[in-house]
Amino acid sequence: MSRSFLAKNPSVLTFLLVLAIFTLTVTILSDAYGLAFVSTSFIKTLGKTLCLCLVALAMDLIWGYAGILSLGHMAFFALGGYGLGMWLMYARTEEIVVAALAQDVIPATAEEIRQGIATQIFGVVGASEFPAIWVFAHSFWLQIALVVLVPGGLAAVFGWLAFRSRVTGVYLSILTQAMTLALALYLFQNDSGLRGNNGLSGLQNLPGLDGVSQDRLSVWFLWGSALALGLGYVLLAWVVSGKFGSVIRAIRDDEQRVRFLGYSVEGYKLFVFTLTAVIAAIAGALYYPQAGIINPAELAPIASIYLAVWVAIGGRGRLYGAVIGAAFVSIVSSWFTGGRVPDVPLGFYTISWVDWWSVVLGLCFVLVTLFAPKGIGGLFDLVAGVRTPDRKGAALGPDDGALMEREAQE
Amino acid sequence: MSALLEVSGVSVSFDGFRAINNLSFTIGPAELRAIIGPNGAGKTTFMDIVTGKTRPDAGTVSFGEKSVSLLSLTEAEIARAGVGRKFQRPTVFEDQTVHENLIMALKAHRSPWRVLVWREAAADRDKVAALAEEVGLLDALPRKAGELSHGQKQWLEIGMLLAQEPRLLLVDEPAAGMTLAEREHTTRLLVDMARTRAVVVVEHDMDFVRRLNCKVTVLHEGAVLAEGSLDHVTKNSDVIDVYLGRG
Ligand SMILES: Nc1ncnc2c1ncn2[C@@H]1O[C@H](COP(=O)(O)OP(=O)(O)O)[C@@H](O)[C@H]1O
Ligand SMILES: [Mg+2]
Repeated sequence: MSRSFLAKNPSVLTFLLVLAIFTLTVTILSDAYGLAFVSTSFIKTLGKTLCLCLVALAMDLIWGYAGILSLGHMAFFALGGYGLGMWLMYARTEEIVVAALAQDVIPATAEEIRQGIATQIFGVVGASEFPAIWVFAHSFWLQIALVVLVPGGLAAVFGWLAFRSRVTGVYLSILTQAMTLALALYLFQNDSGLRGNNGLSGLQNLPGLDGVSQDRLSVWFLWGSALALGLGYVLLAWVVSGKFGSVIRAIRDDEQRVRFLGYSVEGYKLFVFTLTAVIAAIAGALYYPQAGIINPAELAPIASIYLAVWVAIGGRGRLYGAVIGAAFVSIVSSWFTGGRVPDVPLGFYTISWVDWWSVVLGLCFVLVTLFAPKGIGGLFDLVAGVRTPDRKGAALGPDDGALMEREAQE
Repeated sequence: MSALLEVSGVSVSFDGFRAINNLSFTIGPAELRAIIGPNGAGKTTFMDIVTGKTRPDAGTVSFGEKSVSLLSLTEAEIARAGVGRKFQRPTVFEDQTVHENLIMALKAHRSPWRVLVWREAAADRDKVAALAEEVGLLDALPRKAGELSHGQKQWLEIGMLLAQEPRLLLVDEPAAGMTLAEREHTTRLLVDMARTRAVVVVEHDMDFVRRLNCKVTVLHEGAVLAEGSLDHVTKNSDVIDVYLGRG
């Protein structure tokens, strides 16, 4: 089965190869493990980009394949980040508190330690008690379970309500935006139990790894993110390659007809919605330790819209398109908004890219939607069509895409 | 002979307009039936009701030996219970190959988990090839359904219906857009299928209906006007009025 799977999906092997070469190259160029050519902060940017590629894969499955334009998947991404962030913050603070209390003559009780941690974490919002949602924060494994279960559960409940009432199209998109906004507004409150607009911080420090420098940690996270992206790609390629992929594409194109074939369209939508929410959460859990901080602004509705823009620009309905779009747009974005691009003086007005970048991006999105609905991924069809006209325009695979991705990242 | 499908006293209105008016209809487990009637008589709406697309305001629809009420089932559940439908306008998944279209329709478990782990076995490949052969699309298997001609799409949809192995088949105007030879082929196929299952064919074309050589139900303004052999109903004065009156 696996042989025919790879034979039917040549893009998978190519993708894994490119990802491995990329990871290896960055490692060799890193401060910690090689030539010290690439800065640690840039390695973190690359690692974060891999996580964005993973959530873009999820977005491609739900939008590009199943045709559901969810504008709420970055909420699941952020929830995953919060989930792991809670453990990171708890365990780090615990280390500090234990070290501080060790100075005392009388050994601190477990209760005193817990109280100390609570005061440290929640002092900023004027509280000194652990909110109920932190009950598992002391345990890595329980909290990891929550990283998957909370966003998955939320997606399942939300999806069940929305799909059961047959909400589709733009109404569903609006509903997912409303969910994202509601969640963000809730988290902004100080008594949400997640430190309001302060969010969780210091996530880049891993408990028990004090001796490990950020130089090395950043590479470890890059490896972790690359592994997750690789596994995610294989999983989704497997999901879309068989009959399941056929059914969800059919739902995208004519869901009523699919019902008359005996498939429960709502069940499939719920399945895909929940699966992609879980993938998004895992991507978020890997992203925020590299970012170091998470706050409710990460759940801003615009983030989920950007996610859709990446996938549209990369080319929806093909997995490597989503990856290319996320990598390309997010890297170019951070370049433009990072203030490293010189401003354009027009005499009467100076174009500052920091401000104008989102306008350019919006314009690109409109242009791609209107004139190149296949996105960057469509370029491979063109190339393949020109070089091998008798292959019915089958995509060449991500070879050249990888090239662009690398170009974008260098 | 106990009925496979029993529709009784069904009515449905759209914005006050009665599209189906106290309609009753029965068909046995292995029977071929033609439904004729002028445009707007409610033929397609009748199929919508049986397949769960439209909910009637009144009446009952029961199916199978256990007389399961179809009114409480979703479209997908009705399809899984064994009701297959061919639409007036051919609706196949144009972005997918003929092979993929047939695989999707092939009788198998329909739940997401089962479909996710489903992989094509040699038996499935043989079945698909046999079906494709039957509807003359063997060479077109790897082609995208969207590239097919109108007639071929009709065939593909018929092939998909066969693949579903339904107990009741509802076929809406199958001969539309077909050549004479194709019509004959379709007639043979429908008569053949009706040996082992119930087949309801909606058709305008009287020659086509004559070739089916089966009991005919005449629908008019959402109700049954006459029922019997084609010769019998065409002698019915009401039927003559309706058809001649409408030209
Ligand atoms: N969804 C609907 N909304 C409003 N009117 C409808 C709808 N479906 C069918 N009708 C009306 O019901 C009548 C019967 O239509 P239909 O069943 O399509 O007729 P037939 O298939 O016999 O030509 C027509 O007058 C049609 O306009
Ligand atoms: Mg009709």
